[in-house]
Amino acid sequence: MEAQSTVLNQALYPLKLRFELWKRNSLNFLRELWGQPSAMLGAVLVVFFVLMAVFAPQIAPHDPTKGKLREQLIPPVWEKGGSPQFLLGTDVQGRDLLSRIIYGARISLRVGLLAVGISAAIGTTLGAVSGFYRGKIDALISRFADLLMAFPFLIFAIGMMAFLGPGFTNLLLALTLKGWVVFFRLARGAVMAEKTAEYVEAAKVVGQSNPIIIISEILPNIFHSILVLGTLRMGSMIITEASLSFLGLGIQPPTPAWGSMVADGRDYLVTSWWIATLPGLAILVLVLSINLFGEGLRDILDPRLKVE
Amino acid sequence: MRAVKVLERMLAVIPIMFGVAIVVFLFMRLTPGDPVDIMMGEAGYVSEGEIENLRREFNLDKPLHVQLYLFLADALRGDLGNSYVKRAPVTELIAERLPATIELALGALIFGLTVAVPIGIISAVRQYSVLDRVSMAGAFLGISMPAFWLGIILTLIFSVRLRWLPVAGRIDYAAGLQTVTGMYVLDSLLTGNKAALISSLRHLALPSISLGAAMAATIARILRSSMLEVLRQDYVTLARAKGLTEFLVIIKHALRNALIPTVTVVGLQVGVLLGGNMIIETVFGWPGLGRLVVQAIFARDFPLVQGAVMIYAFIFVMANLIVDVLYTYLNPKITL
Repeated sequence: MEAQSTVLNQALYPLKLRFELWKRNSLNFLRELWGQPSAMLGAVLVVFFVLMAVFAPQIAPHDPTKGKLREQLIPPVWEKGGSPQFLLGTDVQGRDLLSRIIYGARISLRVGLLAVGISAAIGTTLGAVSGFYRGKIDALISRFADLLMAFPFLIFAIGMMAFLGPGFTNLLLALTLKGWVVFFRLARGAVMAEKTAEYVEAAKVVGQSNPIIIISEILPNIFHSILVLGTLRMGSMIITEASLSFLGLGIQPPTPAWGSMVADGRDYLVTSWWIATLPGLAILVLVLSINLFGEGLRDILDPRLKVE
Repeated sequence: MRAVKVLERMLAVIPIMFGVAIVVFLFMRLTPGDPVDIMMGEAGYVSEGEIENLRREFNLDKPLHVQLYLFLADALRGDLGNSYVKRAPVTELIAERLPATIELALGALIFGLTVAVPIGIISAVRQYSVLDRVSMAGAFLGISMPAFWLGIILTLIFSVRLRWLPVAGRIDYAAGLQTVTGMYVLDSLLTGNKAALISSLRHLALPSISLGAAMAATIARILRSSMLEVLRQDYVTLARAKGLTEFLVIIKHALRNALIPTVTVVGLQVGVLLGGNMIIETVFGWPGLGRLVVQAIFARDFPLVQGAVMIYAFIFVMANLIVDVLYTYLNPKITL
């Protein structure tokens, strides 16, 4: 019995060590985050938005897609004629603006997370392969990346959406088809730099195969930079989605997306200012929070990238 | 020697534009269905013969690689095909709208630089001063703000509430401007029409600010951080030790070197200006290329969209070429 548990302990030892290390790193990270009030504020607000998106059906006071025409264009509660039933007022179809903004967080966060996640996964994989193996495959992917760099991001996305047609899947396709390039460049450069490091040489000597070296030795070391870049890119993905939806090329009605809500409100700017401005304010606050958190994350994890 | 390098760099643009043309051509193939079906869908009943004629007119009856070849050969001659809807050459339609777009982009660029450069310099020289903190907070807000929303807020404040500036358009036609270049501010100056100058500037103000704000924010941040880095260098200390005035030290010694990373960012920001131009032109009803493209997308006028995307990419590539050339003048150590 005694002997058995020793064997088990020995087998588990590396895992325990890893866990201890992870715990210590996480605590250190939280401590450093605590020392940066603006990053902390960003993190809290992002969590707030995420909770709002997840629990939208429970929080939203009204159905975001249905309204009564009788209740159209009611101003926010603090304006003359406002009603406590509709805290942020209603739009031209009598839909509750607050509920639509709460549901709209779902689209923005989903697009932001998925577009960045897919771009990062593709870009990092291709970048790691390119940077590690070099040669023809690197030349091919790098030229293709250069070619995509010739298109401004929004122009490329608008062009893609023009031909693909609107919708959530097409939106992700349009955003990721060019979005991977920045991650590719980062990962490629980082892998090229890490490749000559001693620990990689050591892994080779021990006889590990190349894919194993890339995945378990190099990637954990460049993960920080990818995470930082991903966070900082998320804001611009959300703004791009909002811009496409604003033009009518992104998320289609009646699904509430902040960008298209701003577009809806444009015709009523003179009489009902709240329809166009409040959803835009939500975009601003969300992107601002993500950027605040992202810059804090960068200062903690990857200070080399710091812009003073 | 520099001329040769510049020429080499210019030649490198050719394969890139070639690749851009192929990507843009492939864009078109993403659409489900045949363009002619789409066109005919709106026209009601059309005879088979007419459909065949249209297919031939747009080369749709030929295999894909032949279509690509024809597209590239035409593009090389400056022919980007004909608009499905307006039945006019795409290049003509684009050229018509380009001056308005260039005027807006220049307005945004000038606004962005005149705001960002002084702020970037002063924020670095007076690091952690009130001015530095306020302007960096503003810049942070600027990079997180969607341009279309800023445009709407500015319209709401300055046009709807205060009634200081017009809501949309480029000029009051009562000003009786004679167009020369199509850029109204320039035309007003050329023809000496003061009323038109004031009117066109008033129309230009809000769109330029909305389009240039994000750019100003980005440039101010990067200029500040490169100035901070440069100001710590030995040669700046030496310049001070020589007894140069602080103004000369900052402008002649520090700024010139701090501009090097900044210029790269300005080049990349041209891409943001071009993309933002579609958005801002839509917000302000600015009759430029961006609005033409957005209208063409909804009219499913694909050759026009295709041509415009190509022109945008071309301008972007050219802007970055200019940046690379500027680079060598700012930093003689760098050869292209």
